[in-house]
Amino acid sequence: MHNHSWYSYLNRYFGKSYSTERNHYETRFLAGCVLRRSSNMAIHCSRTCLQYLIHLAHDNVDFRLPEIMALLSLRGKQFDPGENFEEKSPFWRLNGLSEEDVKSIMARTVCAKSAFELWGHGRTHSELRTSLLKYPTENMSPFLQKDSTYKINVYTFNKTLEFEDRIKKIDELEYLPFKGRVNLKNPKHTFSLLEDYGMDPNNIPETPLYIYFGRWISDGQRELIRSHSVKNRHFIGNTSMDAGLSFIMANHARVKAHDLVYDPFVGTGSLLVACSHFGAYVCGMDIDYNTIHGMGKASRKNQKWRGPDENIRANLRQYGSEKLYVDVLVSDASKAVWRDGVLFDAIVTDPPYGIRESTRRTGSQKDSVNSVKPFEDYVGDSHVPVSMAYHLSDIFTDLLNFSAHHLVIGGRLVYWLPIYRPEYCEEMVPLHPCLRLVSNCEQTLSSHTSRRLITMEKIKEPEETDALAHLSDPHFSVYQGHNAFREKYFSGISKRMLTGKEETNKIANGGE
Amino acid sequence: MCICILYLNVLSRISGSQATEVKVSEVEFNPNFVSRMIPKLEWSALVQAADGLGHLQDLPTELIADYEANEDFLRKVHRVLLEVEVLEGCLQCPESGREFPITRGVPNMLLNEEEA
Repeated sequence: MHNHSWYSYLNRYFGKSYSTERNHYETRFLAGCVLRRSSNMAIHCSRTCLQYLIHLAHDNVDFRLPEIMALLSLRGKQFDPGENFEEKSPFWRLNGLSEEDVKSIMARTVCAKSAFELWGHGRTHSELRTSLLKYPTENMSPFLQKDSTYKINVYTFNKTLEFEDRIKKIDELEYLPFKGRVNLKNPKHTFSLLEDYGMDPNNIPETPLYIYFGRWISDGQRELIRSHSVKNRHFIGNTSMDAGLSFIMANHARVKAHDLVYDPFVGTGSLLVACSHFGAYVCGMDIDYNTIHGMGKASRKNQKWRGPDENIRANLRQYGSEKLYVDVLVSDASKAVWRDGVLFDAIVTDPPYGIRESTRRTGSQKDSVNSVKPFEDYVGDSHVPVSMAYHLSDIFTDLLNFSAHHLVIGGRLVYWLPIYRPEYCEEMVPLHPCLRLVSNCEQTLSSHTSRRLITMEKIKEPEETDALAHLSDPHFSVYQGHNAFREKYFSGISKRMLTGKEETNKIANGGE
Repeated sequence: MCICILYLNVLSRISGSQATEVKVSEVEFNPNFVSRMIPKLEWSALVQAADGLGHLQDLPTELIADYEANEDFLRKVHRVLLEVEVLEGCLQCPESGREFPITRGVPNMLLNEEEA
């Protein structure tokens, strides 16, 4: 039997008359949702028209959108924001998602703090109230049952509120049909009133600029930033990637369980730690024999030499992902070592910038013009026969070329590109005919330097003609300006003798 | 210069010229991962390597069809891929015969000056 009140609702809003034939399906679009006519139509429509509110942390702001988009794409979903979307805001409204989609994203993201099923929103409490009263009661009632318990949180962005004021705001919501009991310790359902007081800490308004109310769904994974901090990691180096950024990189790369992920400049394996946390099998390579074998001088202040438990495998063991360890090699990333047909699902790496660690490659004495003194070794033979300067621009050319040959179609390359800010232009970002540029996010290191997290996706297999691509399109020419990065970096430092990445890591980690 | 090719954690040829130390440990079996790895491997090389280490056991010399659904088979591959490890030994390039040492489970692929 058809629900006639549903038809009168449609007639009111669309001014059309609908057939009452049995089993007659017709589709209409309502705010982007597809309606299928049946007696359950009302509920089906309203659930797919739900908006979800994502509350994001206010750090690594430029990295958030690519992260959320990458995680959405793992669910086959597009990023579809509500109207008046502002990327810099900590509150994003998203359309077209299911609760499962939202939970999956929150299970991976380190940029988002929490997610809510949005019940109402507005610029004032009056607008919020109108919005909440319009929200279908049948969507609310499953969570407001008499026999259930609940709690309401008040969150204010860019403002501190006294306890009494929070209580007042909760009381103002008395028009909502809560039937259950309040339980502050362990409620069945949690709700949040979120108030946005703008982004200027020096100009905080008296009343909020925008207000949201929703049912809490899930928190993000920001706890990983603390639990996987390099401060507590068994094996670190001067250039180990901080935990938050390493997880962001794994998300930008769309790493997923059972993938095979590779880091050609693996160092102490920080990126492998992050990727294996999401279930990927990991492998890596580095030219530095001592780092791979976990030997030599320690990077910690009060420690002289590395202990026996300090190597990449030990790091994975520390976090319970040793079973995902495939292999590491001592090798030169500029030389071909992998067979054709070896394909990785993702390549995630932080190549050397030539500041803290020298960029090195093996080569013949006669080839090297400015041969760099072999890297000091603590266990005798350096294992790097002749260290040549590995020009930065060559590193990226090789990396992109390697990725074009050794990624699966749809697989991603995620790497850091060091930039001398006064000269930066988009043309500096290396391109390749087989790779599509997905995102380019800047992390400022100093007034004159930054690094950009570049994400690329393989779109086609390499062909013979690709080697000549730069002749037809200047975008594929190798930008040579990167080679002088080391000189440019140090030119900006007048008196203090900064020692490169150590300082940059300190700045990057906010003095951590 | 000869570019020597590595078969992803599976050895191109294990040279008998150096003492080989092999370790077998238990690693959680994941059929999904093993299925996805098989197309990336050169099967004959895998068999040869496993044999050279004395760990061929009942691994088939030919890749079987429909291996994705064959758990028995996948477990055999899993054993060789992830559970059998060379701690000390040598990788040998099939073209040049050049040997690359494996120390503490890590191969060293760096070439010497004359070869570079």
